[in-house]
Order: sequence, then structure tokens, then C-alpha cells
Amino acid sequence: MEEIWNGLVKAIELIVTLDPEVMEITGRSLAISVSACLLASLICLPLGSLIHFYRFTGKRALINLIQTFYSIPTVAVGLFVFLLFSRAGPLGGLNLLFTPTVMVIGQMILVTPVLLGLTISALSGVDKAIPDTALSLGASNWQAATLTLKEARFAVMAAVIMGFGRAISEVGLALMVGGNIRGFTRVITTAISLETSKGDIELSIALGIILIIIALIINIALNRIQQR
Amino acid sequence: MALIETIDLCQRYGGREILSKVNLKIERGEAFAVIGPTGAGKTTFLRLIDLLDLPASGKIYFDGTDVTASRQARLETRRRMAFVLQKPVVFNTRVSDNITYGLKWRENKGSHQHQKVDDVLEMVDLAACKNRNARTLSGGEAQRVAIARAIISEPEVLLLDEPTANLDPVSTAKIEAVISNIRRHQTTIILATHDMSQGQRLADRVGVLLNGEIVQTGGWREVFQAPDNRDVAEFVGIENIIPGVIASNQDRMVTIKVGDRVIEAISDYPASAVVSACLRPEDITLFLSPVSSSARNSFVGEITRVVSSGPLSRIEIDCGFPLVALVTKRSAEELNLQKGKKIYATFKATAVHVIRSEAVK
Repeated sequence: MEEIWNGLVKAIELIVTLDPEVMEITGRSLAISVSACLLASLICLPLGSLIHFYRFTGKRALINLIQTFYSIPTVAVGLFVFLLFSRAGPLGGLNLLFTPTVMVIGQMILVTPVLLGLTISALSGVDKAIPDTALSLGASNWQAATLTLKEARFAVMAAVIMGFGRAISEVGLALMVGGNIRGFTRVITTAISLETSKGDIELSIALGIILIIIALIINIALNRIQQR
Repeated sequence: MALIETIDLCQRYGGREILSKVNLKIERGEAFAVIGPTGAGKTTFLRLIDLLDLPASGKIYFDGTDVTASRQARLETRRRMAFVLQKPVVFNTRVSDNITYGLKWRENKGSHQHQKVDDVLEMVDLAACKNRNARTLSGGEAQRVAIARAIISEPEVLLLDEPTANLDPVSTAKIEAVISNIRRHQTTIILATHDMSQGQRLADRVGVLLNGEIVQTGGWREVFQAPDNRDVAEFVGIENIIPGVIASNQDRMVTIKVGDRVIEAISDYPASAVVSACLRPEDITLFLSPVSSSARNSFVGEITRVVSSGPLSRIEIDCGFPLVALVTKRSAEELNLQKGKKIYATFKATAVHVIRSEAVK
């Protein structure tokens, strides 16, 4: 009990004094997950619109498939990316394994189903009369789609934040393709799992608290957005 | 050459035919009303004209060119029109931003944009709401935003789908005033409505759409007084449609045998033609005692029912055949009209419109 209490006190000390290692790990975590989310958004928003606005056979099945991948285990994505970028893999020549870049790529793959699926359902939530009205006022198909996405902006933002939440809190992928290299690919979750096993409880608790604070901020933001 | 011409326009949804063989010509600068009950296909027709949907078959000519062919042609043609949908949706931005979308999409920004927005808002009486979020507007205001948004790009054709459905009388009057104002600018207007009096106020010519078919087109007088068939007659509010057989025709003055009664009317149909005599309830005058008037038809009967609706009273009479008359509430009270009372119903021969019963399906 005392060990935990001492750990907690020291953890708060680490946070309050802005301990360089804690800050560095937090900063890296945020940088990797934010980049992954923004890059995935650049792909998923237009792609989701395309899936929503175009009628094609197998659309329903595709959406079901996307939704199935919402909860794909992070280690499964990790394994896939690992095999892809390992020395013997098809992209092994890029020498990206165990770099922040490959972590960003992995997290992009991880959040893509969530972002795509939630973008599609955000667009489905927009009154069908909105794109029709746009077309009737002289919009091209592309202009009408852009306007519809804009009308769904709060739901789309919520989708991006959900994706970010999934990216920052996952550990399996970051460990497998990042390798938890100190000062290079170590992020909050991998640090917690390593430090705990090493017995360095205070750093783990400090990082855990930060992760919870991030989750709290995400939640508040999400609630704010959904109340609009 | 007509501005818009449709040839054998058909539309199907899920195997059901919504529009069948619609052939219409709409001239530049005219205001045309498509009237018909709910579900007749009015919205489907307007969506085809605006090229939002493609017809199952048939062609649409705009200014003499078939515009259904390519996507580019459809977009370019659509940009010469503006369509106010039945359900007014506003975009979740300021009122002024809502209104400029049409200009932005046409890349028609220009330096006069601000002036145009102010002018158009003035026209629809929403100048005070310019900077409000459009989502906060009332239904009537949202509809006026929808109209302002449509007219700011000065379209050649303005399509309006039930522009005042579900609005209160004050909002309706405001919107009708705006539409009348647009008419003066030589804009071609196509209006879909189930409200005949509104159509009459806003349009020069009318097409009656029943079950996906244009059954009659013409001026208001024609359609109201001389419907082509029983369906149109019923839709335009002719409550008395009395089946009979023509007994004689002398110089277009016909007598129609209805049971043991005879109605006099004006018609070209020969003797022994099976017909229906159509008579608007407001063309019947009621008296308590027989009077000598110029009206050729006078029937004695018994009142079977009195229903008041607003300032009018609807009197149902059995005079050998059922007859419905509309009188003002005041005269119903003065004559003390009530069930069982003996009454003389009179109407002119010219008030009766005769249609051939072969047209009835």
C-alpha cells in the first residue's frame, strides 16, 4: 500500500515539475497519434464521402466490413505492419521498422475503419434534402458533397476524436513496430508497460495519470461537440 | 419555341410508375402551375425538370436542346434554373452565407455580391436576420431564405414545390407576395401545388396531374369551369357530378334526363349520349319558395344535412338526385336552413358543364 502511495506522490511531483523524460514521452505520443489521425482524416473524409454518395453493388457489405474492423485487435494490425516493414517484408527496403514513421503508418491503419465508418454515418445523419438543395442551387456533385460534409462537421470532428482516442491509448502496435526505444520511439503506453515490469512505478503512474487526463480532455471535447 | 418541352417523360421507382408520358410545353416568361393531389407525381416531375433525377424514359428539351444526355449539360442547364424544394432546409451558417452559396457555386462572385444579398433579403423581408444562424429561423422564415437563395442567381426558370405547404396564413401571404414580385421580372415559374386557389393567384396556366398523368392543361377558367373528365372535375372542387342521358339537343341547348328529373344545360353532345352534369356548389341558389328567375333549372327538395365550414355552410339536398350547395353562413341562418326543410334549388343552364361519361374510367 505504502509503495503505491509513495509512487503516487512521486508521480505527481514528476508531472508538476515537468520532468523532461515525462514531457518528452508525452510529446512524442501526442505527435505520433495526432499525425496519424490527421493523415488518416485526409484519406478517410473524402473516401467516406465517396462511399456515402455513390451507389454501387456491395455498398452495404463494405460498410459492414468497415464496422467489423472498428474493434480489430491492435496487435493484429501490429503484426500486419511488422510483416510489411520487416527486413524480409515487401516494404523492408525502406528501413522504417522501429521508427516513429512506421508507428504513424500503423496507427493510421488502425484508426482508418473507425474514421471511415463514423464519417459515413455522420453523412447519413445529414438530412437528405441538404445535398438535393445544394444541387438544385447549382452545385456540382463535388460541391454538394463538400457542403454536406460541412453540415456534418460536428459529427465528423467527433469521429476524428474517437480515432485519436483509439490511437493514443493503444499499446500492442506501438510496441511491436516501434520497439519502445528510449528517446526515439518510446510513447506513453509502451513506457508504462516497460517501466512497470522494471519496477519503476512512479514513472508509470505519472504517465498513466497523463493518459487519463488526455482521455478526460478528449471526452469533454467530444461531449461539447455532440451537444451542438 | 417553348423554353422547356418534355416528350413522353416517364419515371419509375421500385417498379411503380410515378409519371407516365408527360408531354408539356412551357413558354419563356410564363407562370405555370402543376396541380394535383398529394402523391400525384408533382415533386417527381419538378425533380426531372431540374435534372436532379434522370427520367426512366422520355426527353427534356431546354431551349431546344436535349439536356438529359451528359452530366456536364445537366449541370450547366441546372445552373440556369433554381429549385425551391418542398421541405425548406437551411445550411448551418449565417443567413447571408446561406444565400450566397448559389453565387459561389456558379463562381459568380463579382463586386456587387453584398449589394445583391441586401437587395434579396429586403425583397423577402429578412434584412434584420442577415447575420443570424439560419437554423434559428421559423418555418416561414426558412422558406423565405430558401426562396432568396434561389432567386439571387437570377435564374431563367424558378421551380417551386408547394412553397407554402404547412405555413400559417401570414407567412403564406408574404411568400405569395414575393413570388408575384418575381413574376414581374419575366422569370419563368413552374409551381407545384395542391392548393388550387394559390395556383390561380400565382400562375397563368395550369396542368392537372392525376396519378402520374397530365390529364388537362389550359387556363384557369377552362380547367375550373370545363374540366375534361370526371377526375379533374372532382379534383377542382366540382362536388355535383350528376350522371344522366341527353334527351334532346336544340342549338346546343340540351336537356339531360336524370331519373325522372330534367336538367337543362349547354352542350354539343347529341341526344342519347351518356353524360355527367357538373355543377359547382357555389353556383346553386337556394329559395324557400318557388321564384321566377332567369335560371333555367329549379328543383324542389329536402335538406338532408347542413355542415358549416368557416364563413360558409354546405347544404346537402335530396331533390331526386343528391345536390350540394354552398351558401354563406349568414344566409343559411336567415333562411333558417336545417335538416328536413323543403327548399328550392336553382341554377343557370350555363353553370352546368357537361362531360361525356365515356371519359370516365
